[in-house]
Amino acid sequence: MANNDKGSKNYSRRDFLKTSGIATGALIGGGVIGGLIGANAGQNGASPTSPDGPPNQTNEQETGSAGGVRGLQFFRNNAEFEILAQATERIFPEDDLGPGAIGLGVPYFIDGQLAGAYGENSKEYMQPPFFEGETTQGYQSRLRRNEMFRQGLEIMQREAQSRFDANFVDLEGEQMDEILTAFQENEIEMKGVSSLFFFRLLRQATLNGAYADPIYGGNQNMEGWRMKNFPGHQPAYINEIESEDFVEIEPQSLGQQH
Amino acid sequence: MVTTLDSVDVVTVGVGWTGGIIAAECAKQGLQVVGLERGRERGTEDFSIVHDEYRYAIRYELMQDLSRETITFRNSRDQRALPMRQMGSFLLGEHLGGAGTHWNGQTWRFLPYDFEIKTMTDEKYGPGKLPEEYTIQDWGITYDELEPYFDKFEKVAGISGEDANPFAGQRSSDYPTPPMKKTPLLQRFETATTNLGYSPFMLPSANLSEPYENPDGQQINACQYCGFCERFGCEYGAKTSPEITVVPAARETGNYNITFNANVVEVLKEGDRVTGVRYIDTVTFEEFIQPAEVVVLTSYVMNNAKLLMVSDIGEMYDPETGNGTLGKNYAYQILPGASGFFEEQMNTFMGAGALGMSIDDFNGDNFDHSDLDFIHGASFSMTQTGSRPIATNPVPPDTPSWGADFKRASIENYTRTLNVGGQGASMPHRDNYMTLDSTYRDIYGVPLLQLTYNFTDQDRALHSYLTERAAEIMQEMGAQTVVGGNPISDYDIVPYQTTHNTGGTIMGAEPETSVVNNYLQHWDYENLFVVGAGNFAHNGGYNPTGTVGALAYRCADGVIQYSQNGGSLV
Repeated sequence: MANNDKGSKNYSRRDFLKTSGIATGALIGGGVIGGLIGANAGQNGASPTSPDGPPNQTNEQETGSAGGVRGLQFFRNNAEFEILAQATERIFPEDDLGPGAIGLGVPYFIDGQLAGAYGENSKEYMQPPFFEGETTQGYQSRLRRNEMFRQGLEIMQREAQSRFDANFVDLEGEQMDEILTAFQENEIEMKGVSSLFFFRLLRQATLNGAYADPIYGGNQNMEGWRMKNFPGHQPAYINEIESEDFVEIEPQSLGQQH
Repeated sequence: MVTTLDSVDVVTVGVGWTGGIIAAECAKQGLQVVGLERGRERGTEDFSIVHDEYRYAIRYELMQDLSRETITFRNSRDQRALPMRQMGSFLLGEHLGGAGTHWNGQTWRFLPYDFEIKTMTDEKYGPGKLPEEYTIQDWGITYDELEPYFDKFEKVAGISGEDANPFAGQRSSDYPTPPMKKTPLLQRFETATTNLGYSPFMLPSANLSEPYENPDGQQINACQYCGFCERFGCEYGAKTSPEITVVPAARETGNYNITFNANVVEVLKEGDRVTGVRYIDTVTFEEFIQPAEVVVLTSYVMNNAKLLMVSDIGEMYDPETGNGTLGKNYAYQILPGASGFFEEQMNTFMGAGALGMSIDDFNGDNFDHSDLDFIHGASFSMTQTGSRPIATNPVPPDTPSWGADFKRASIENYTRTLNVGGQGASMPHRDNYMTLDSTYRDIYGVPLLQLTYNFTDQDRALHSYLTERAAEIMQEMGAQTVVGGNPISDYDIVPYQTTHNTGGTIMGAEPETSVVNNYLQHWDYENLFVVGAGNFAHNGGYNPTGTVGALAYRCADGVIQYSQNGGSLV
């Protein structure tokens, strides 16, 4: 469990906590929060437009990030990364069951994925010509996934400004939900992709990060798996599968093989 | 510059189940065989860290690289076909073993009714039970003729099962290994379907119940129920796959070589014979010609059809006139079913790809269709394949798809949900077919295959009737909430449905209505064979691999006979 160092850091920064209505003490995965706060922890001035450098952070309690070092591979500043973090937290919020997207490291997971084959559409057919097509014909955008994310997050910020005259990350949770819902209802104009398509991508990427093996940087300390009672990588269930009762098994990551 | 290689007796295009079976049988007879595989070598040793849902099940590690080649798709002829830019509805395999590496191992024999569907439907219900735009036809072979080949495939694969399905065709011998464990979850299905008057039995499985040495001398291990089968390879060598059975059997003869990274782009021909194939090295893009006495197309449904089309072999199907056979009778599968939400937690994360119980009471013509507006049906199964957390987020109706309520409901129901699923037969329709795309190409410059497909009234009627039956079973199993599948509308290539695509290179009794004869020998080119689920004249109510395996053994017989005597085999 990663909540052994709670209280040793300042987690009260309203940017993160008010949005999901969570109590400070419930936060798990302090390295992520700490990473987002960076050197400005405890100060109130780190707005999404602040010139913070890449939020690197060392935390020996974390698994899944080599040597406990965290950093950004795709996003270029904290501002867009924080919008992503807040949006994913609304999709998968912290509650009494356990951590939300931020506590699970989902934003870092997505950042890493966007920098690689997923974000670059390496295994997708990306040859022209591009036409809009029917919904049943699926992905027809010339945009790569990482371009969709960058644009989508920009538009979230723009919507926050135009609807509420505030930064996205400073909105109340319900206000963020209103914007996310507008994306989901396809009411937002995006270039080269529909807002519904982007929303589905964001939602799925959030779930991927919550439940993928921690070797990818999300699902911190396997808390996603613990919430769901999924034991991760187990070699065999041949001795348990005939049990009449539900069997709880401490989860195991592939990373523990190395 | 093209390099022409030394001629061989037999060349196969692709090395999965069909290519491996042809190779093993022909090489054992002393024929020199080359397998051209566009992917890489792979085997059990590559799967020691395979319990990775994200990499294998979500990001499709083992599947085809669509940046190189895909298909185009539209629902109907009045739409513009567009490329399938990312994988969704079905998952095309790649590398040694093909889809036979990442299958679940559910291994069925199609019903006797399937092979004579036209004759038997007309006899029982009179002609015109289905409107004439449904192009059902007999397969040119009967179940009894194919039975020895089913038997052979099951023995090579070591299938675990029980001869307890009252609707199955006659078997010449029992399953080679006993059925898998009948877990508490399967017993719920067994009790419920028995109470309803049906006849449950253990699903025939290629995840073996015990260690087994097959007739070729290859060892298959016992399944450990780890819950990572479909979309994964097996780290135990316990899920029968080509690379642990027929491929090593072929290699041990000394008469078999596989060339990897070899993407065939054309079947070469001269007069009424094919002379070999042309392929491109996927790494260097060098071109090679592999001459051969016999060419066997053993790749997936789509690619087999595409190679014939780009090589101008056979008459293209024309949906306007109904003439031509190549690309005709593309079919898929219809998936009626029901989910049940339960109060107690269950071990849904444990399992194996073919761990399940089934009933056939609503499959084929096992029930009376006189008052129904469809034919055929579905096998119903409850499988315990191992639910994984990214893909399995079941929520009751009216739950939002994100946010606090979604999180709570999806976590709670992950271990509290069971499904009864039907694999519904898919009848061919005049307007569902494959052809070549005129706009999009693969990276080798070859046109993409174009698929035109939509669900039909027959499909909707079958789905609606059988979804009600599935819901009744789930109710009887004691679910608190039962949710039947939504009615089907237009086919959507985005969400995963099933990799049971069929047709396009169908088999039959006459050259006017089929691409190959019942030895899977091409009607126009006697030294060309085309084998796979593309031979299915319609799709039945089961997974296809058992029937594909049987057809591959039939085809191997044909290749060997042809190599000895020449000429048409029928």
